[in-house]
Amino acid sequence: MLKVNVYVTLKDEILDAQGLVIKKAIKQIGYDNVNEVRFGKFIQLTIDEKNKSEEEIKKEIDYLSDKLLANPNIENYKYEIVRD
Amino acid sequence: MLKSSKPYFGILVFPGTNCEMDCFYVLNNILKVNCKYIWHQETKDDDVNAIIIPGGFSYGDYLRSGAVAKFSPIMSFVRDFALNGGLVLGICNGFQILLEENLLPGAMLRNNTLKFICKYVNLKVEDINNPFTSNYKKNQILKMPIRHNEGNYYIDKEGLKKLKENNQILLRYCDENGIVNSSTNPNGSVENIAGICNEKRNVFGLMPHPEACCEKILGSDDGINIFKSMIEYISKLQ
Repeated sequence: MLKVNVYVTLKDEILDAQGLVIKKAIKQIGYDNVNEVRFGKFIQLTIDEKNKSEEEIKKEIDYLSDKLLANPNIENYKYEIVRD
Repeated sequence: MLKSSKPYFGILVFPGTNCEMDCFYVLNNILKVNCKYIWHQETKDDDVNAIIIPGGFSYGDYLRSGAVAKFSPIMSFVRDFALNGGLVLGICNGFQILLEENLLPGAMLRNNTLKFICKYVNLKVEDINNPFTSNYKKNQILKMPIRHNEGNYYIDKEGLKKLKENNQILLRYCDENGIVNSSTNPNGSVENIAGICNEKRNVFGLMPHPEACCEKILGSDDGINIFKSMIEYISKLQ
């Protein structure tokens, strides 16, 4: 079994309103050294390898991310594969 | 594709859709045209010659609004229907589904106010050369309700240029005098965009709810002409 951690964030050029609000709250707590906050989603997939190569698995994750997990018009994704 | 000239509307229903009855009421009770619900698990429908994707929270808005609904079995039929010239109207969550399905360009972000907005707004009719707003006058000011959390329309510069060149922006948020600027923008949408159509002009998505303002008793009947425009367009087809 593989665990795949997928991180989805808004593209840099898109104003992240949630990130701005979080940044404001951090400042209210008293930390003024946090310059930027980007808000995103964390999705964890547990995948049965079924004798597939890592390359094949990566292809599947890319496909799923482009098609469903992220919207390529507004979001970027990256992922890491973690072996138990 | 549009074989019958008698209007017959199909109203899609997903788990979480909640405006289908309002659409049905407008079409069936007020405008007296045939319509029926189409459950999202259906794979096709041979009767209808216009499709409405109503508002609501399909699949609880999980992941992104409209992101899961696009994989429902009925959506491949909707895609073919649209690509063959059939009229498709997406209202609010329906608009979000059409964007996720790439039948319309761009995407929806959370409102820049980070609040769910539920209020009447004014809209400016930017274009009437299409099957959805032909019954209005160009630059007419409308009053319609919006109720959404993700209505902040985003499109990149290149996409926006294309929308403008092809007159695909049909509605913009404005004030009661028709002023379109940042103070009359409720949710942060690029250039106050409230509704757009595709290049072929047979698919229209808008965030306001025309089905909720079709009788004066509701505070406005400005929405009715969207449905009337569609009916007239279909009735004129050979």
